[in-house]
Amino acid sequence: MGISRRSALKVMAAATATMVGTTLGVHQTQAAAVVPRPDAVGMLYDATRCIGCKACMVACNEANDVTPDTSASGGLWDMPLDLNEHAKNIIKLYRDPATGAQSFVKRQCMHCLDPACVGACMLGAMKKGDKGIVSYDPDLCIGCRYCEMGCPFNVPKFEWSKAIPKLVKCELCRHRSQGPACCEVCPVGAVIYGKRTDLLADAHQRLAQNPGRYVPKVYGEHEAGGTQVLYLAHVDFEKLGLPAYSDEPVPRRVRTIQDTIYKGFVAPVALYGLLAAVMLRNREKPDSTKREDGQP
Amino acid sequence: MRTPLADSSRVLETIDERLKRSGISRRAFLRFCSSLMIAAPFGLAITDLKTPEAVAQVLGKVIRPPVIWLEFQDCTGCTETLLRTSHPGVDDLILNIISLEYHETLMAGAGTQAEAALAQAMHDYAGKYVCVVEGSIPTRDKGVYMKVAGRPATEVLADVAGKAAAVIAIGSCASWGGIPSADPNPTGAVGVADLLPQKTIVNIPGCPPNPYTLLGVVLQFAESGTLPELDAQRRPKFAFDRNIHDQCPRRAHFDAGRFVKQYGDHGHREGWCLYKMGCKGPDTHAGCSTRHFNEIPDVWPIGIGAPCVGCTEKSIAFRVPMFQTVKIHEVTPPDTYAPIYTPQGNISPVATGVAGLIGGALVGAGFMASRKLGSAGDSESESKPKKE
Repeated sequence: MGISRRSALKVMAAATATMVGTTLGVHQTQAAAVVPRPDAVGMLYDATRCIGCKACMVACNEANDVTPDTSASGGLWDMPLDLNEHAKNIIKLYRDPATGAQSFVKRQCMHCLDPACVGACMLGAMKKGDKGIVSYDPDLCIGCRYCEMGCPFNVPKFEWSKAIPKLVKCELCRHRSQGPACCEVCPVGAVIYGKRTDLLADAHQRLAQNPGRYVPKVYGEHEAGGTQVLYLAHVDFEKLGLPAYSDEPVPRRVRTIQDTIYKGFVAPVALYGLLAAVMLRNREKPDSTKREDGQP
Repeated sequence: MRTPLADSSRVLETIDERLKRSGISRRAFLRFCSSLMIAAPFGLAITDLKTPEAVAQVLGKVIRPPVIWLEFQDCTGCTETLLRTSHPGVDDLILNIISLEYHETLMAGAGTQAEAALAQAMHDYAGKYVCVVEGSIPTRDKGVYMKVAGRPATEVLADVAGKAAAVIAIGSCASWGGIPSADPNPTGAVGVADLLPQKTIVNIPGCPPNPYTLLGVVLQFAESGTLPELDAQRRPKFAFDRNIHDQCPRRAHFDAGRFVKQYGDHGHREGWCLYKMGCKGPDTHAGCSTRHFNEIPDVWPIGIGAPCVGCTEKSIAFRVPMFQTVKIHEVTPPDTYAPIYTPQGNISPVATGVAGLIGGALVGAGFMASRKLGSAGDSESESKPKKE
């Protein structure tokens, strides 16, 4: 065995120093809120307007060639229980057990301003693309599912049933020139498509004009660093499955650590240089441990 | 417009003239025209007009089409459907609108007299009449299982249909064999299209079919000499393009998951969905769910609480067991909603224990095996120097 107690301690000390350095670096970088790109588009969903007709689910499947999910219904209905490989868009129902108050909620990709999936994706298959749409390129995807685990809204889904699986998530119908199919078919205007700035202004106008009708907040304006899909509701957003995230973008902290470790590539070079030095030193020593009978 | 029939107008009169002569009121005719428009809302040239008056005006000038009606292995149900109309006089009206030259069930004559009428009609209107076939045709053993006036059905069909301007196979039997062709099909029953593949044939399947479909096809042919657009199974699209399930008045119960589980149960009395009773609606194309029979609302199988048997589909009725459910091809969302948080599956402590035991056993076995391998290697290396 070539590693002495002394050299092992040296390596550990060096590694610790690097880690400490990075953590210190994190505290130094406290950036401002994410500024959306000027052409950012999005959707505004108003839960008080939604009638739960599911026309958006049918239209979504049609526009994106998604096959129906009949697993939970024995082949009778297209009945996804959550977003999954057969559902890029779903209408869920919240019913308060005590008061019986109800609200629908439409779930799909939130198109975060600073998306965790993009941060987690190692090959750039998930990308903040045109108009700020979080797009997915299956040709670059290796199927690691880091995006699925990284997403704070539990959106990207893996095609478990396929031999060559892809990730499935809403891409705001970026292949359609006329915008998302769900917004096009909604019979009551519960979900509308437009530029994020316009939608945000519209949402605030609705809040101002209808005091008492809504929870006085536009979900997605700041949550998780801001999202391009915005929500208005009359029930607490947390009850609708939209967690109360802070204003800090989810991937920011991790990215800061990563960026610091690899800054100028100094830390890796130092670490591996140290390891190489230890190895070289051990190699130069004469082989005195060899036994005379040839046995180790 | 001059049609093949116009040439024989010396003996045939227009519908208007005939109705005037038989004293049928204009009102009854208009009502008939409305029914025809409802039965064929699109895809039929003669009903593609704005008002019943406009339809009546066009139809009135049409020369009554001569029809020769052949019956083979049938139950006369298709004839009955044409005559069992609820409004008094509609059957009379129908018989005044078409010129029924030969019909074994309805004609007064019999035997030689009837055969003479057939020969006369075929001679007078050769190449101009419409041949309607009801019932399947037996082909096994040279067609001995059915003879009309000493001739096998195959021969009669070849003779009469051969000289017809158009052939209409009414009912599932004439379309592709129907009940007589059900397994084991002892008579080798087949439909008209199987015997006359080159002939222009319109299939109007159903057990029985809606009579207005037949009238629509016959009247369009008499008016313009054309036939309505047909689908792959030679069915007129105007009547067979709709899916029973998609247009079913009980569809809401399907979406909500309210099913009849047994005849006479609560759901059956409440008029719930019959899918689980083997309703073939999801696989069947016909207008039944929107065009009911006998001009009475809800008079059709599902309307009276009986599942659809799929009689207008070649591959279903008399082929698929009655209570067997069919696959839903165009699945749509149900009337229920996913919860906000999906319940996740959890693992029971027993399962964890069993998995742990199996895993432990494997690890133990692996460890023992590796030790054995190691000791075997040792003994081998130890034994070598001894030999030397």
